[in-house]
Amino acid sequence: MRMTGLPEPKIRIQNVSYAYDRKQVLRSISLDIPDRSVTVCFGPAGGGKTTLLRLINRLNDMVDGTSLSGTILVGGQDIYAADTHIPTLRRKVGMVFALPLPLPGTIRENVLYGLKVAGVHDRGHLEERLEISLTQAALWDEVKDRLDGMASALSGGQQQRLCIARSLALEPEVLLLDEPTSGLDPISTAKVEESLQQLKSEYTIVIVPHSVQQAARVADYAAFVLMGELVEHGPGKTVFTTPKDSRTEDYVTGRFG
Amino acid sequence: MNRYRVQQAGFVLLGATALAVVVPILLILLIIIVRGWPALSWEFVTAMPRDGMRAGGLFPAIVGTLVLTMGTALVAIPVGVGGAIYLSEYARDNWLTNSIRLAIINLAGIPSIVYGLFGLGMFVLFLRFGTSIVAGSMTLAIMTLPVIISTAEESLRSVPQEFRTVSASLGGTTWQGIRNIVLPQALPGILTGIVLGLLRAAGETAPILFTVAAFYLPRLPRTPMDSTMALPYHLYVISTQVPGMPESLQYGTALILLTIVLSMNVAAAFIRSYFRRRRQW
Repeated sequence: MRMTGLPEPKIRIQNVSYAYDRKQVLRSISLDIPDRSVTVCFGPAGGGKTTLLRLINRLNDMVDGTSLSGTILVGGQDIYAADTHIPTLRRKVGMVFALPLPLPGTIRENVLYGLKVAGVHDRGHLEERLEISLTQAALWDEVKDRLDGMASALSGGQQQRLCIARSLALEPEVLLLDEPTSGLDPISTAKVEESLQQLKSEYTIVIVPHSVQQAARVADYAAFVLMGELVEHGPGKTVFTTPKDSRTEDYVTGRFG
Repeated sequence: MNRYRVQQAGFVLLGATALAVVVPILLILLIIIVRGWPALSWEFVTAMPRDGMRAGGLFPAIVGTLVLTMGTALVAIPVGVGGAIYLSEYARDNWLTNSIRLAIINLAGIPSIVYGLFGLGMFVLFLRFGTSIVAGSMTLAIMTLPVIISTAEESLRSVPQEFRTVSASLGGTTWQGIRNIVLPQALPGILTGIVLGLLRAAGETAPILFTVAAFYLPRLPRTPMDSTMALPYHLYVISTQVPGMPESLQYGTALILLTIVLSMNVAAAFIRSYFRRRRQW
């Protein structure tokens, strides 16, 4: 359903159902995700939120034994159309995972990996992207003197911001974050949440939070997913303070989860 | 108190069995060195043989063994590593893949003399390579394939899946992920497999028996179609077929062969530890 009074949504998930190994994981989900804002996809564990995210950058293509019905449009284009060029899609729709996953190599190599496999070789351009992405991820000041040091030497929080910078280097349109702060201490978490607030002015951000509190902190729009079903969605304030569905209210107030 | 003593006894027993493994290798080294040492000399290693192998040196045999090993590497490494990459990164779980795996397991179980006869029939006779380095190398290569493919595949599989996922999420194709991340990380294991496989190839007698080995060829091989002397075969013949062969020559030959094989092993250990230090997980 369209949220009225808003410009064309960046991502349109229409009637998406998804099964893995004959188990139904998502049931007929329809959701519009607006541009330049933070949309939170929250709910108890195992509900299908991560799966939903991974459908948007087609990362689930790497898994066998799945079946998908419905449509997903990103920027107006059906990403499951037969002629979709998947690497291009994944550069447009970046993803940050729950655990910091630095690639083997230096900080510079990590941030520029995406550009390298995209065939970008212009040194000047690469250095520029390196600085911009690390700045956007609130990491530049901490690593600018050791760009050629090993990424594995960074702390957990720094590594996670490195992963964010890595995706940003490709100048995506959408950034998907799957519980990005679940392994991080409160200070690192705050830094990541702060960078998201900066980033939303340029990107569409979809985040699976690791707690209801985080969801309430960062959400412009919120979608509550329970056992594969989209129970309720709307502006963040509404969903968290005056939810329409009793299940949403129970989860948000901590009666279950 | 009783339980403690039982544990102590267990440790001692297990320690003894571990030591028992070391004893044979030490004994082998001891006997070969002690009996072969008198034959060692610069001439022994670098000169051509004379007098029906009773005097002179081993040079052509040494060169022959090295050349055969290189020839084996030339064929077995690309096919082996390529096959391993396919099996680990691209193959789906279907009957074709399972047949390939079955074939590899079976290849590994074939006795080396059978390889020798196969090589004779296929390369020497059918393809008309004659008794040649090409025939010998190809036979040895096929024999070495299972080792290389198995170790290489295992190495590739042990690289965490997360790296591939991250590479894909940044727009990398499967091959880009393999080339940039997975393969470099799997290198220590792959190299180990290659060296172990080549070690075996260097020391085998049966596969080269009918396919390449010449007994008394006091010159170096000139072309890949030439036959050549080779250390394992040489050792076999002088120990069994030649009357009046001084014992020290036999053990000396064994010592040279052992030295070559063991140095390859040591080199492999160094390569392994170099790459392991650079590993990131």
